[in-house]
Amino acid sequence: MSPEANSLSLERGLNALRAEIDAPVAAFFSSCVHCGLCATACPFCTETGDPKYTPILKLEPLRLLWEAEFTLWGRIKSALGLARKVDDAMLAEWEELLYDSCTMCGRCSIVCPVGNDLQYMIRKTREGMVASGHAPEGLIGAASRAIRTGSPMGLQWKTLDVQIKHVEGSTGLQVPVDQAGVDYLVLLSSMEIINFPEYLGAITKIFDHAGIKWTLSTDCFEATNAGIQIGSKDIAAELVERVVSAATKLNVKNVISPECGHAYTAIRWEGPNLIGRPYPFRVFHIIEVLDELRASGRLQTEGKETDRLSMHDPCNLARKSGCIQQQRNLMDLVAENFVDLKEHGVYQWCCGAGGGVSSNERAEHLKMAAFKRKKAQIEEVEPERMVTMCATCRTQLEEGLEEFNMDIPVVGLTEMIADHLVEKAATKG
Amino acid sequence: MSDPMGFLLWVKGPALDGALAIFALGMLARLVEIFMLGRKPNYAEPKGGEWGPGFKTILTRSVTDPGTFARAPFNVVVGWIWHLGFLIALLLFIPHIELFKGVLGIAWPGLPNPVVDAITAITILALIATLVHRLQHPVKRRISTREDYVVWAVTFLPLLSGYLAYHRLVNPYPLILGLHILSVELFLVVFPFTKLTHVFTAFIARWYNGAIFGRKGVES
Repeated sequence: MSPEANSLSLERGLNALRAEIDAPVAAFFSSCVHCGLCATACPFCTETGDPKYTPILKLEPLRLLWEAEFTLWGRIKSALGLARKVDDAMLAEWEELLYDSCTMCGRCSIVCPVGNDLQYMIRKTREGMVASGHAPEGLIGAASRAIRTGSPMGLQWKTLDVQIKHVEGSTGLQVPVDQAGVDYLVLLSSMEIINFPEYLGAITKIFDHAGIKWTLSTDCFEATNAGIQIGSKDIAAELVERVVSAATKLNVKNVISPECGHAYTAIRWEGPNLIGRPYPFRVFHIIEVLDELRASGRLQTEGKETDRLSMHDPCNLARKSGCIQQQRNLMDLVAENFVDLKEHGVYQWCCGAGGGVSSNERAEHLKMAAFKRKKAQIEEVEPERMVTMCATCRTQLEEGLEEFNMDIPVVGLTEMIADHLVEKAATKG
Repeated sequence: MSDPMGFLLWVKGPALDGALAIFALGMLARLVEIFMLGRKPNYAEPKGGEWGPGFKTILTRSVTDPGTFARAPFNVVVGWIWHLGFLIALLLFIPHIELFKGVLGIAWPGLPNPVVDAITAITILALIATLVHRLQHPVKRRISTREDYVVWAVTFLPLLSGYLAYHRLVNPYPLILGLHILSVELFLVVFPFTKLTHVFTAFIARWYNGAIFGRKGVES
């Protein structure tokens, strides 16, 4: 890049960072005492032992800008030429810290003794990184495929259509497509469609069992949002608009986010703010829907899994969205030998793959290093199988457990529920 | 100002007024700087409130979760000891209470001098331990800046000079008492421009943390 183009993109990046600085950010930076406890909360720190991955350090570009331009003393220091400036070289160096070694799992945000929500600030800092041209290739690819094809993996409706036919063949049930006026629009993730096709079969069976009226949309089936992972509001907003437009066109009351963590936080928490208005529908994670069906007695199950099962809480679902009890209620329904990992729920440890890390091929070694924390947690309780409810976590758990020669299969909770449904004829009888 | 008594009068008079003014105005500026930034409207349907969880987190974040405690017992234990020790020495030493009474017009019961003395000694040792820890722990050493050491020094000096003054270890007494007050003034002047602001802003940060998580139905 020419020096002129470089300074232009740097200025664009700094402007994006300036736009992200709000009262919480200023309060957080004003409060950090450099105690280093965030490092004990981060699997990238604990498992690599490298202090450069300390969460608060990852925010140094944002902090420097805040201090220099948003504080009295910082402005004095800048005027005297004493403040360190954020430059292109710094942002280039920080790319690894902000993307490769952070899944935005938010564990540091829960542990910080002064209350700094570091994850909130990492998300914001990524806006400046993208704008200044410092995002990883893997994420740029995923984001541009998402914009171009609707799927970060370049998956098209015809692939899903083949899967729909399979599901219809094996279940004898119809998978509703483009049905207007139903209760739920179901979204999927490409990762799920490719790696875990059993999910679609499971919800088809469950919704038929519970008498739920639902549909898929040919206009938009993808729930994930690569724009949020890379940190680009424009891309993220465009992807959210597609969901809103599909849901509005079909006039549905609710949208269901699939077994995917970030897809849920993207559409549930960030989406309305990205498009600048509330939705004309409500958003639920599939686990919330299933637990609601359980609570209202619409989920009749029989038999229980008898082997020792444990569970991985996806960060985005548990720590970042308060969905903790629901999956345990559902486990109770179908498992008689369930044991929680020691630190779970709000304090659970990330699998190491979220927040765009799994789309960033360069980060593969760090992703596996971070997984060692999860591995240690699993070893503590020695389950025969792991259960989770996020396709990215599930893929990471499968790959990680295989990497370490641990023979522990991983299953999705939705499928497990589907396997225990009371046959329809029996329910009527 | 050439004699110890003149020095003491100066630090108790104009210097104290100046330090208090810088502290108050500087801190006010920082709070205005924070709150003026505001927050963007949030259109996502909330799962929980903000105010309640915000205030709850202000309290609950004082207690470390068991996992973090097991991973960083030194930080937690020594951190608690010196914070409490500092507050006790500042607020429960009878001569300090007299001073507050003179300025604010209100007083409260103090602790016997020997108790405060012992607590001060422990606090001094705990602060020295935090400095050693900062210099030796890989993470702390990596993230520490010059400011961290300046703040350590201005926090340590009032305790040390107070201890020396109480035990009459430096003569003449007006000199060490004057130095003690001067060290407090240094602390006050540095306060609004360094991480010492956390004394106030940590409560704001915790509130935001609790509110952001609380809105999503998470107990943070």
